[in-house]
Parts: sequence; C-alpha cells; structure tokens
Amino acid sequence: MSGTRTTDRTGVAPRTGGPGIGESVPRPDGVPKVTGSFAFSSDLWHDRMLWGGTLRSPHPSARIVSVDIGAAVTITGVHAVLLHDDVPGSKAYGLEHSDQQVLAGEVVRHEGEPVAIVAADHPETVRRALDAIVVEYEVVDPLTDPAAAETAPPIHPDGNLIRRIHLRHGDQQVVGEVQVEGTYEVGMQDQAFLGPESGMAIPAEGGGVDLYIATQWLHADRDQVAACLGLRPERVRLTLAGVGGAFGAREDLSMHVHLCMLAMHTGRPVKMVYSREESFHGHVHRHPARMWYRHHADRDGTLVRVEARLLLDGGAYASSSSAVIANATCFAAGPYRVPSADIEGVVVRTNNPPCGAMRGFGAVQTCFAHEAQMDLLAGALGMDPVELRLRNVLATGDRLVTGQAITGTAPGAEVIRTCVDHPSAASIAEDPMALPGGAGRTADPAHVVRGEALAVGFKNLMFSEGFDDYSSAACRLADGVATITCACAEVGQGFVTLVQQIAHEVLGVQEVVLEPASTETIGSAGSTSASRQTWMSGGAVQKACEEVRARLLARVADEHGVELDGLVLVDGLVASLTGDLEVDLVSATSDPIHAEVEFRHAPTSPLDEDGQGDAHVSFAFSAHRAIVDVDVGLGLVKVVELTTSQDVGRVLNPVQVVGQLEGGAAQGVGLAVMEEVQLSDGRIRNASFTDYLVPTALDMPPVEIAALIEQPEPGAPFGAKGVGEPPTITSTAAVAAAIRAATGLALPRVPVRPSDIVFGGGAT
Amino acid sequence: MSIDPYALTVNGREHEISEGWPGESLLWVLRERLGLPGSKNACEEGECGSCSVRLDGEIVCSCLVLAASAVGQEITTVEGIAPDGTLSDVQQAFVDAGAVQCGFCTPGLVMAIDVLLDSDTDPDDLTVREAISGNLCRCTGYGRVIEAVNLAAASRRGETDL
Repeated sequence: MSGTRTTDRTGVAPRTGGPGIGESVPRPDGVPKVTGSFAFSSDLWHDRMLWGGTLRSPHPSARIVSVDIGAAVTITGVHAVLLHDDVPGSKAYGLEHSDQQVLAGEVVRHEGEPVAIVAADHPETVRRALDAIVVEYEVVDPLTDPAAAETAPPIHPDGNLIRRIHLRHGDQQVVGEVQVEGTYEVGMQDQAFLGPESGMAIPAEGGGVDLYIATQWLHADRDQVAACLGLRPERVRLTLAGVGGAFGAREDLSMHVHLCMLAMHTGRPVKMVYSREESFHGHVHRHPARMWYRHHADRDGTLVRVEARLLLDGGAYASSSSAVIANATCFAAGPYRVPSADIEGVVVRTNNPPCGAMRGFGAVQTCFAHEAQMDLLAGALGMDPVELRLRNVLATGDRLVTGQAITGTAPGAEVIRTCVDHPSAASIAEDPMALPGGAGRTADPAHVVRGEALAVGFKNLMFSEGFDDYSSAACRLADGVATITCACAEVGQGFVTLVQQIAHEVLGVQEVVLEPASTETIGSAGSTSASRQTWMSGGAVQKACEEVRARLLARVADEHGVELDGLVLVDGLVASLTGDLEVDLVSATSDPIHAEVEFRHAPTSPLDEDGQGDAHVSFAFSAHRAIVDVDVGLGLVKVVELTTSQDVGRVLNPVQVVGQLEGGAAQGVGLAVMEEVQLSDGRIRNASFTDYLVPTALDMPPVEIAALIEQPEPGAPFGAKGVGEPPTITSTAAVAAAIRAATGLALPRVPVRPSDIVFGGGAT
Repeated sequence: MSIDPYALTVNGREHEISEGWPGESLLWVLRERLGLPGSKNACEEGECGSCSVRLDGEIVCSCLVLAASAVGQEITTVEGIAPDGTLSDVQQAFVDAGAVQCGFCTPGLVMAIDVLLDSDTDPDDLTVREAISGNLCRCTGYGRVIEAVNLAAASRRGETDL
C-alpha cells in the first residue's frame, strides 16, 4: 500500500517508540475518538436544556419592513423569540472590523444572514416556530460582481472597499526581454469541516453566562461575545467543546451570541446545532479571486519583474479579509526572487456570502496564478519549468517583494529538487474504477491522457503586520506529574499530543495532564490558524516547562547545598554531574512548582504605503508534483498521484506531520477539480454534501512524501515550523498544471470543470 | 410528547422508546434518547457516513432510518463493537496508524471498515477505497485511514498483533 511505502521511505515511523520530541506519539484523545466517547460540541447535553434555532434571510439584499413574531411565541414549547432590538450590547461584531450584524436590523446583506433566533423544547418545535415568524422584506437588487463593487452604491456604512494594498518594489521602469500575461480565477471554496457548528450556553449566577463552543480562538470570541451582550469580559466564560475540524471556518463567531442571548433570556441552558445546509450559510468561505498577471524575465530565465492585479470578493462582511488580501499581495509573486514588482491587491464588499479564513488564505489563490505564469514563462523561454523555478527560487538572505530579507531557513530549492527526483509509483490504470469517472465507469481508456506537473509555493507562518501575537501557558509540576494549562484550541491538528511530547522532553515526566481549554484559567493562546500553534502555544508550553525545570533545579541545589551548574534533569531524576546526588522527581515536587508564561514571536512591522516592510516572521515552502489522467472527451479527471516535499523546520511528531500533509493535499485536490460554492445572484445553489463535492477516498490519490526538509528554524520551539497550510497551497496549483500538461488547454480557472476541458473554457 | 412505545435492540440491549416525536430518525434516537452520541451528525442526508451503524449486520446511515422502523432488528453502534474498556482491532489500528485527527468521521469509518473486513480480510487498495468512499473525512486525506485498514486486515489474517 502506498501509505506504508511512504512511511518506510521517509523514516516517519516511530524512531524508538518513546514519548518525546520526534516520535510518532499517539494522540491522547485517540481512544475516546475511536470509541465514540469523545464529546464534540454537538454532543453537549443538559437535562434542562432547550434547543435553539436561527431564522435566516432568503434574500442576498433586502430592507426589512416588518417582523411579526406573534404566531411563533404562542406555539406550545416555544420559550423565546429574539430579534435585533433584543441584542443587549453592540449590535455588530467582527474579527478585524465590527461590521457584521448579530441579528439583522434594517437590512440584510447576504442570503442566510440571521434575522431571528428561537429557543424551544424540541428541534421540531424550533422549526415550526421559525416557520411561523413573518418577515416582510423589500427586496433590493444585490451587488454580486466584485469588479463593480468600488463604483456601486455602498451596501454598508463602511463602504464597499475593505482594503487596497498597492505594493511597489524596486525599479518601476524595468522591462523584461520576455513577457507573459494571464488572467486567472479561483472559485469559492467551503471548509466543509465534518462537525457542524454547535454549542451550548448556560446562564450563570450573577448575570453572566458560560458558553461551551467549538472555536479556533476562545479569547477573541469571548471579547466579541461580551461586547454584544453588554457584559464585562470576565462575566462571559468560554470553554472549548470538542471541535470537529475547523480549517478557518471557526475563526468568526457563528451562533455564539445567539446562544448566550437565548440562555440569558430563558434562564435555561440552550443548545444549538446547525444543519449542513445552515452551516454553508453560517460560516465564511475561501475568497473567490480574479487575478491578472504579467511576468517579465531575461532570456536566460531570470525573473525581472512581476505585475499583478488581484481582486478578492469579501462578500457582505469584512471578517479576516484585510489579512487575506495582505497575504495574497505579499506572496503574489510566489517563492521567487523578483527585483521589481507592481502588485495591487483589492478586497471588496458584495452581497455574496461573507468570505474569510480558510487554510492557506491568500496564498492558495495566488499560488494557482503564479505557478500557471511560471509554466507559461517556461514555455515562452523554451526552458524546462523545473529549471526556471530553480533559477529563481528564494533562499535565505533573499528579499521578498515586500523588501523583507529572509533571515530564517528557506529551503525552496531543496523542496523542488527532492520532489522532482522522487520516483513515481503511478501505474497505468486497468481497473475501470481507477479511471476518470470512477464508479460511473464512463471513461473510454482510448480517450484518457496523462499529465504531470510541479508547483511550488510558500506562505508566512503566524500573524503578521505588527500584530501583538502571543500565547499563554502554565505548567504545574506536583508529585512528578506535569499539569499544563493552555487555551489553545485543539481542532484536530494534534496540539494535545505535542503538549505531552514537549512536557516530557523538557521535564522528563511520564504523566502529563492537559487542562480543558478555557478563558477562565489562563490568558489567550491566540488563534489556531496561520500554522501558528505548534510554534506559539508549543513555544509557550516549552517556556513554562523550562521555567519549572529551572526552579526545580534551583530548589534541589538549595536544599542539598550543591552547585546549580552541576545539576541535570534526566529520566525523572535530578542528578549531579559528579554522580553523588540523585533526587527523584516525585519527591522533589511534593511541594508543587508552578510557572505561567507568555510567549511571543519576534516583532513584525506594518506594511508601508508601498506595501514594503518586515511584516512577516517566518516562511514555509512546499512543492507538489501531480500526475493526472484526463478523459478529454468527457472532461473527467482522476488525480493519480501526488508527491510532495515540505519545509518543516523539524519534525516533532512524524505521523501527525504526515497527516497534515495528506489532509491538506486533499483539500487542495478538492479545490482543483471539484469543490466550489456555486452562486447565482448571490444565492448558494449547492449548500449540501450532495451538491458540494468533497473528495472521497476514491477521489484522493496516494500522497507520496518525497522529503520532509528539516532545517531547524531559529526562534521556533525545537526548530519546528507549522506544517498545516503549505500542503493546501501547492497541491491545487500542481493538479491544475498537470491537467494543462495532459490536455494542452490554458485552464485559467479552478476548480477545473468538465466543460472547461471539453470546451476549453475558463476564466471570464 | 408521548408516543406509542416501541422497542429497539441496540448493542444487545433492549430499549423502550416512549417519549418524543414519531418521525425521529434512528440517529436522533440513538444520540438524544439513548445516550449513545458516538454516531455523528455531519450531514443528516446520507452523504457523509458519519452516522453509520450496522442494522442486522448491514451498514446503513442511521440518519436515513426511521427509528420506529428498526424495531426487531439488531442495531450495532460504535459503542457496541468492543467490550467496555477495550478496543476492537479496527479501533486499535486507527490509534496506532494516526488515522484520527478531529475524529468526527472516525466512528462511521470504524463501522464501515468493520463491515468490509468481516467479508474480506485481504482487500486491495481499490476495494478499501470503494468500501470507505461513503465516509467523508476532511482532515486526513484518507492516507492514515487506509494504513489503519491495512493494519487491521493484517491482524485479522493473523499476520500481526494489534
């Protein structure tokens, strides 16, 4: 099996089976997750609980003339029906700008915007009550074309321009001997986590509220919820409920304020679970993008200049659009030395569904475009596309188009070389199930052509542009057991495993207890996003453990009258290097030692008016090689094999790294050939797993891991870079390029649709 | 609301259902009335497989089964495939292979693989992929899941211990 080969070749099997750094330590939540006993947010239960539900706008744009809840409140079993005027505090919230309505007031700005919320004794009663609410709308023509947004009448008091960055770098007059130009499009992708939005709010004594919720950042949620409830933040307590995947879709609030309002109004616990259809309306999506590029190069293939115009559709509310367009702009030219650049990134407001964070944000869209451009340029130069990339790829010391010099590791050339040198295991399909179209058995082998291509990309790790990015952690060592407290949201990535490994590595303890993540017990851990928690919360846990270790050694030195310098902590013993003192950890910590720390990465700077500045902390590179089979008559694609190399800094848990690389690639394959939130006049046409297609095991090829490039990153805990996003960035571009190689078509748009292949279509 | 009672046999135990709404799905009754939340609710329209249970041995999406129609059938959920405090071979293989990330799809996949291996202890790659193609996973890309199937299959063939 391919998975086994991968494991053997790359040495990702457990090295010694130990519990420390670099080992494939099993997840501590693995057993409850396989037995079904792990409590996800949708499994919360309280014997007095009510069920909540949300009435959503059927219109992308409308004025609300009236709302009549008279019939709804009289239904037996209905305990509350609440509207805009019932929001006790701020009527709006948002990650970067408070522009999104908790409940719509005078207008609705996108299909699915919440208008009313209900609490009742049974979900069926909730549905009947929602049906009984009468909303009179005055429908307005929606603004759905992002290209028209800047000149259209504003659909929001904050205007239709969310952010424009005009990056100018180097000599603006320079022109390349060879130029290639293209226009590209990326469709709207959904995160499609499996665990639907869900949670429970419980009124607390003294007018506060406890909220159990699946999220990516407890403290940022807490602050927004408290503002909307008109409460001081300490009156709102958030505890992480089991998270069934996130991928960016849980960065924004969804039902949080609604649940708290219903609980506080009824005095009862209230639970809410979105249906899959509602989930498509209840969270932000990946920004659709239109991108124009012109690349300039010398005849020897040296890049001279990149011009680009990027337009992202932010939908009705800002969400994290400002950060997304910054990434798109900063990384628009790809992982290459580009001495001159003119890149304008614009994200606008429309009446389409709000867009925000999804794995690899900003870089996913531009990687698809810049890699298509590199292949186009290679063609124009008559040069091998791999050679063109190797000639220009960034290395440590090189400058980005933002003017920032890379001071950390940047093994761009290494990821390319190892990926292309890796032998392919792909064979020609004989079983019809393995042909394009799969179980439909529609492909004619005579019409199937194979293509192969490479894509390279990179992205920043952690928060940028001067953001005060930190994580908090505490370690308490008592009777030889380490108890770690950290509010880092475990969303499936495996932070809970790393905590065990880090505490063992630093303290030599066999037993590590991780307290529930909560706003009550510790400060913010920051967001589980931007590939940042291994570095940030991993770093915070490491720092807290190291502080405990230092105090432990000082205590033993003091109690036994020995020199601190001569003491080490090894295998659960504090020992002197001279060998005349050994104190076991259990007795040395009968009086507990506690340390609480904040961990920050190196500071960053804002971008100036030319998009220049040291805005980012660290970068991770990846490459994918895709092999595809295409039935050119039917336009069907089978992704046969993906091979990848990734810059990981250092592998902390091999099997978890592999899981991130495989899972991230699957989301990239989805965007390349099947996944798109389809819109018509601002309405989502495919809000279900029947119509929004997520790759199955038959769609997903084996992922061959050619190399995990381990060049420890200065400043990162144990040298480890975050690994979650790069796999999603380059896999889409590689698959699209392989389809181009197979068909000879331009295919400037993803997802590539059968009609694009059959009729040679693409970007509008 | 009270209804005409009906009895369900779940994991070898008989349960009387006398409360609720007669239109409740088997998934709903398992999760909300019988305290068995291991079967998951990711789509509730039979596309994702996260609610998979065995009905007289056959794998079904419990979200598509009317609870009251399952009277007289043997229902097995993820909670019932191994004695308390132990793991089945497939469950152990998931832990060992690193096939669990967020874990929301995991119970459904465990059930689907259990059914596969009951009929075929040496499935080839395409057979495995076809057998789990009714179970969506958004985290793993299926690589470690397929590794887990291989581990469990080897164990059932008596080649290795889990």
